[in-house]
Amino acid sequence: MRLNIEKILENLKDYRPRRRGWTWRKSATDLQMDAFTYREISEPLKESVPLITAHNFNNIDPQPLPVITTEIASGRFEDDIRRMRMAAHHGADHIMVIRTAGQSHFDGLLEGTPQGIGGVPITRKQVRAQRKALDFIEDEVGRPINYHSYVSGVAGPDIAVMFAEEGVNGVHQDPQYNVIYRNINMVRSFVDACESKMLIKWANQAQIDGAHNANATARDAWKVMPELMVQHAINSLFSHKVGIPKENICLSTVPPTSTPAPSIFMDLPYAVALRQLFAGYRMRAQMHTKYIQSSTREATVTHVLNMLISKLTSVDIQSTITPDEGRNVPWHMYNIEACDTAKQALLAMDGIMDLVELKTDGPLAAKVRELQERAVLFMEEMVELGGYFAAVEAGFFVDSGCYPERGGDGIRREMNGGIGAGSVVPREKDYFAPVTAHYGYNNVAQYDPGAENDPANLIGGCTLEDPEKIIYIDELDETDNVNERMKDLKPYHAGTKLRPEMEWMADGTVLINLCFPTDVRRAEAAALECAKAMNLTEAAIISREILHHAEGTRIEMKGKLSIDIDTASLVLAPEPDILSDDEIRAAIDAQPLTIVCGTVGEDEHSVGLREIIDIKHGGIEKYGIKVHYLGTSVPVEKLLGAAVELNAQAVLASVIISHDDIHYKNIAAIDRLAKEMGIREKIIFVAGGTQVAPESAVAHGADAGFGRGTKGAHVATFLVKQRKKI
Amino acid sequence: MKRNDDFSTRRAHLADLTDAQLHERFWQLAAQIVDPLLKLGRENTSPAIERSVLLRMGFSSLEVKEIVDGAHKRGLLGHGAGHVVYKLAKAKDIPLRDAGLMLAQNKGWEEATALFKGGN
Repeated sequence: MRLNIEKILENLKDYRPRRRGWTWRKSATDLQMDAFTYREISEPLKESVPLITAHNFNNIDPQPLPVITTEIASGRFEDDIRRMRMAAHHGADHIMVIRTAGQSHFDGLLEGTPQGIGGVPITRKQVRAQRKALDFIEDEVGRPINYHSYVSGVAGPDIAVMFAEEGVNGVHQDPQYNVIYRNINMVRSFVDACESKMLIKWANQAQIDGAHNANATARDAWKVMPELMVQHAINSLFSHKVGIPKENICLSTVPPTSTPAPSIFMDLPYAVALRQLFAGYRMRAQMHTKYIQSSTREATVTHVLNMLISKLTSVDIQSTITPDEGRNVPWHMYNIEACDTAKQALLAMDGIMDLVELKTDGPLAAKVRELQERAVLFMEEMVELGGYFAAVEAGFFVDSGCYPERGGDGIRREMNGGIGAGSVVPREKDYFAPVTAHYGYNNVAQYDPGAENDPANLIGGCTLEDPEKIIYIDELDETDNVNERMKDLKPYHAGTKLRPEMEWMADGTVLINLCFPTDVRRAEAAALECAKAMNLTEAAIISREILHHAEGTRIEMKGKLSIDIDTASLVLAPEPDILSDDEIRAAIDAQPLTIVCGTVGEDEHSVGLREIIDIKHGGIEKYGIKVHYLGTSVPVEKLLGAAVELNAQAVLASVIISHDDIHYKNIAAIDRLAKEMGIREKIIFVAGGTQVAPESAVAHGADAGFGRGTKGAHVATFLVKQRKKI
Repeated sequence: MKRNDDFSTRRAHLADLTDAQLHERFWQLAAQIVDPLLKLGRENTSPAIERSVLLRMGFSSLEVKEIVDGAHKRGLLGHGAGHVVYKLAKAKDIPLRDAGLMLAQNKGWEEATALFKGGN
């Protein structure tokens, strides 16, 4: 059943978060699942979608130890809720919501549920709705889900209060981000950050810094490595000195380089240098974004290589950048691909450090030391110059030179410039704030010396102690809100109508893959012609790859297909009809059954057929069916000859190779020969293979066809039932 | 400023440090950089901090904006916007929320300002 979004939106005024704080996964070292022992693993989920290969392994779905992040922010938070559920079932337990463009510069809290651009307007109502939905989803999967957004911009402390009140579990907070990338006044940013971090500490949230942005911004990403360590140090120590425990302070660290550079040789020393310096802090392994392009394959490979570095060093939170990030705001399916990529890669590398170790001499050690020295020199010059503000004014950060080299092109900000300049005010002697989690000087004693450790006591508790005091605003805009957006979409939300979707309910977006035997420009033009013929509107080419300058171009094109499908009118394929194990056994006991089987044609595949027959795979032997397995590359004549000789009642032919429809040609050949031999009426003929469509197999002469995902029980059920008809 | 990579000469004084000494130096320098920033935070406030105080005192995002703007304009922010509301409520012997709503509706500012002896 789909989540009922309308129900989630009901009574949000009265919603209260049921817990606060960040949750790490529970380790389950040496967990045994199927035939395997896992070393760095966490407790399995109650409900989940395993990797697609898991059907070969009794559908196990082991969960790696690091928290896995996915970023979901399509602009419509109500649609994102459904994607959050998909992601949670694919193993994400950290849901990060990117803010709408421009929210950093909004001086106050946004309210209601307006639609966002490139992110979601973060408001109390939106946060409540998503946290409430995640409460339900985490119960479903059986693992706490961390909800996360950003405490930055000119309204950092406002947002930090709202997040603490609403049970947000993780946040980005780094005043350097405000200064360098948002041009918010630097004094204001650091003064505000003290208050925000006090609230983060109170709410026991995990905090992630913003250093990875330098990597994404610098001209040559690999040259900012010394600076990245400095940025991490400033935010980490600053946060720790405000009071956040080290184990809640996470460095957002990203492998700076990408192929075709020899990226691991360059990125691994950086990762090691960082982990040596920042022992005790947590590592959030961000994935590389700077150099990814529109190819989802290329991005996926980069991200898998990034996770090799995570495993060779350490990772507490593994981020998952969606492979379509280089082409659009992420779509549902790419969030899920990214979660699966992380799960797959981390499982594959489970226990790798029990097998290999990093060298303590040679180029690795030398480069680690060099990077650390460069970072120390960077800070020495900052101090010499007069500290952080002076260094920013001198353009120290995001310079294209690898420190101490300087390109002179760093981002410069003035101490008295930027948004919010001049808005910082010195606290008077009688400065007073009767609230919890307030940083700095607070003259509580003037009213009650006994309340110094609990200033909120003077007002009978603040909202952090008494959430009933929170003033909830539902909507401020009569037209730009979730109710209006959902009005026209009722039949889709109810499930009575279907329309293709990539990010928003019924958005109609489809993705078409095309290949043309021509150059890029012609291929693009030809693709758009195809879009017209397919009745697609708003068609756009979102990726092109050269197969050869003249011989071929691969195109990915998106477009809108605005058709509605009435769900009730759909003709569904029948559910597989499976007898119970006991019923099958009883039928075979009562009337024994002999079969012959083999892989036919020039085909050496045996795995699929063995799974259907072997007792150890739950195959049909377990029911007492007598199986004569003839092997692979069995000539059709031999298969049928054996059936006659052994007096078999059924023939199972495995047809794996499907090129040029050879699998169906082989099926037809068996049918034809059986007729010529005069035995077709007396035997049951079953064909199977990964590319076999049941209807097509029957059309080519088999009594039944079985494709991917078939189990022994399916085949045995058919044999028992079909036997009665002969 | 443009500068060629002079790492090999600039690092001379670090060359003999052990790794542990180098790491210690790294964190000492970091402390030298962040300590003055923390001092700024202890001794100053801002409109956003004061809004966050008022939010915690039970005012809406719309109300806190009005109160903080009013206090800022009148030079009262350095006393604490929450303090202004608190002191006005005490002086008038009215509930805290009522005092804040008055200020948010642009009423009672003269009295509030007088309580702090004319602001700064």
